[in-house]
Amino acid sequence: MLTLLSNERFRRYLFQAVFALIVLVFGYVLIANIQTELEGIGLEIFPFVSTKGSFPFIDVSADFLGQRAGFPIDQRAFGFDYTANDSFFRAFVTGLLNTIQVSMIGIVIATVLGVIVGVSRLSSNWLVSSVATLYVETFRNIPLLLQLVFWFLAVFLKAPKFADSLDFFGVAFLSVRGLALPEVHGTSGFGTWMIFVGIAIATSIAVRHLLTRRQDETGKPSYPWWGASGAFLAIAGVSFLILGTPLAVDSPEVGQFSYDGGMTIKPALAALITGLSVYTASFIAEIVRGSVLAIPKGQTEAAQALGFNGFQRLRLVILPQALVIIIPPLTNQYLNLMKNSSLAIAVAFKDLFGVGDVTINQAGQAVPMIALLMATYLSLSLTISAVMNGIYSRLKWRSLRQ
Amino acid sequence: MTLKRSVAILPLLLVGLAVLIFAACGDDDGDATETPSDGTAEPTLTDQPSGSHSQILQDVLDRGRLRCGVNDSVPGFGNLLADASFAGFDIDYCRAIAAAVLGDSELVDYTPLSASARLTAVQTGQIDVLIRNTTWTTTRDAAEGLTYATTTFYDGQGLMVRADSGFTSVDDLATAPICVLEGTTTEVNLATRLPNAEQNSFADNNLLQQAFIDGLCEGWTSDKSQLAGRRSEFPADEGGPEALVILDETFSKEPLGPVTLQNDDQWSDIVNWIVIGTIAAEELGVTSANVADMAAAAPSVAIARLLGVGFEGGEVTDTGLDVDVTFMQDVLAQVGNYGEIYDANVAPIGIVRAGTLNALWTDGGLIYSPPFK
Repeated sequence: MLTLLSNERFRRYLFQAVFALIVLVFGYVLIANIQTELEGIGLEIFPFVSTKGSFPFIDVSADFLGQRAGFPIDQRAFGFDYTANDSFFRAFVTGLLNTIQVSMIGIVIATVLGVIVGVSRLSSNWLVSSVATLYVETFRNIPLLLQLVFWFLAVFLKAPKFADSLDFFGVAFLSVRGLALPEVHGTSGFGTWMIFVGIAIATSIAVRHLLTRRQDETGKPSYPWWGASGAFLAIAGVSFLILGTPLAVDSPEVGQFSYDGGMTIKPALAALITGLSVYTASFIAEIVRGSVLAIPKGQTEAAQALGFNGFQRLRLVILPQALVIIIPPLTNQYLNLMKNSSLAIAVAFKDLFGVGDVTINQAGQAVPMIALLMATYLSLSLTISAVMNGIYSRLKWRSLRQ
Repeated sequence: MTLKRSVAILPLLLVGLAVLIFAACGDDDGDATETPSDGTAEPTLTDQPSGSHSQILQDVLDRGRLRCGVNDSVPGFGNLLADASFAGFDIDYCRAIAAAVLGDSELVDYTPLSASARLTAVQTGQIDVLIRNTTWTTTRDAAEGLTYATTTFYDGQGLMVRADSGFTSVDDLATAPICVLEGTTTEVNLATRLPNAEQNSFADNNLLQQAFIDGLCEGWTSDKSQLAGRRSEFPADEGGPEALVILDETFSKEPLGPVTLQNDDQWSDIVNWIVIGTIAAEELGVTSANVADMAAAAPSVAIARLLGVGFEGGEVTDTGLDVDVTFMQDVLAQVGNYGEIYDANVAPIGIVRAGTLNALWTDGGLIYSPPFK
């Protein structure tokens, strides 16, 4: 035994085994304890996990998740079909889609806004850089919950009353019930047109590729972006006309209590997306600024020497290099934004957490629901991480190749 | 070979550690739970033989304070006042339990809970009793590990609109946006009564009110008691209470009462009989003003039993509850009977008792005490 303990390899395995054991025992005691307490009042820890049946042993229809939810969710992302008569599980999926929608829109807006503000902070124009600094220092230093309630109560709910809706030429309306916009939707022939759009995209990529190569070979500008756009517009436009305009516009009308037709962006969603993007953008701005500053000054000077103007310097020289530095911290901000979207509950928007919260109350299954919520948020986070890591390794590889 | 043997020891170690930790856990309970030596059976509170001491009662006595889960934004029922004290009908029942169990109605720690957090708070033992306008339903009682005491307030869901809106019936709002509190039974009832209405669910009554004022919703639905409470404090610059009307229709049953954890029958009995005691006191005409005189010389056998005194020098009837036999004397002297609690809290927000379900059964209501003996 002693000789074994003096064996370094064995010792290493032993420590690992002991550590794993401690973690296992701790987890076991924790779960067993919850189980015992719950059984005492007649509840189960994971009612939808059964050791019978087939892998992955999860049967959502068997227990409370399969029961009638009974509560409506008025704002549903991606046109998902859900009524109060559907199951708790379907309500859960509705909440999940709402969270995904809010996160996706929020991430796009926060990124665009963050890049603009971050670059503005570096501007030599005093006013621009001051405004950008003010933006960053204001929004990153106020708690997000407070900002969300502010956007909701002090901004979006202060829109005109429904009876006094602002009328934008009869095609859009704004009031406390929301911003009603015309909605574009496909008619017959839309599917066929989408095929042409696909062809248009493929063609424009090919055109851009060819023109870029000619530009590289001849050294004369052959405007690859113009060519690509032209090719796309030509194919997509002509097929659009041939197919007899496969898109229709559905304009909103003022109804009895809300707007009929079109699409309505309600104050809760607007406040949530605004709050999340504005808040996250202040962090992204700092990441962009830091990454741009991390690019050696010589790069800027070299670009200047080549006669690039300010925008060209940024787009062609600085940002492509800064991007590799930006991505990892940016991933953190995307994850934060997604997780922070659970504050939706403060502005009466039912996201994943909101639906989970109502389900806990209506079905009384706190532990399994919280576990399910945690697992779902974890999966969402890991998905975002995986996507961002994929982009990162591609960019890194490309920047190394150059 | 030696490596193999040490691997075989792992499961043994695991069981041993588990047993050790369980033994430590068992000691914490300070209870008659057996610590199993083989690690198969777990210690539980439910193993107590009936009639033994209540664990929650013991905890309350050890702590010297009652932890009561309440509302903090419903005037008349559970409301946080400007001086940081709590007041209301439900609050008085927390005080009644503290008076009965600890002898002093002020020994209460109030935990304000949101509608969606309240049941979990009982399940996890964060609070000893929940008195927060909580509706008694089958699933909550049976499937969620909770026990309901006698209903203290028979409520029903209503719809409140602006007086100048012109709405006269619930059906007028069939497709209207309506504000509702999240995590309540009213949320589900509304979906049943007006399936095409647009629900805006808020986690908080004050935010809901602001959204209603700003015109997000045409209607505001909740238990009628809550609506009356909120209406009584509607801001004056928005027109005050007169700017709102509660429509006549009541479209759900909402019996509200105290909630306790399911596995502690002794504790649930105590809470239940304190509620019943306040009703019995009103039936018998015992009030906070005359309880001392009646305890000194009980005018009837029923009153003697209620107050835990002997009738005309006779024996004291022991009810078998795990509290002092004179517990109702403390409750009545410090808090009052059902009618007094109602008049002090609910009458001021404008809910007249006469003719409603909350009148005494002798007056045609549903407030009725089983025999207190």
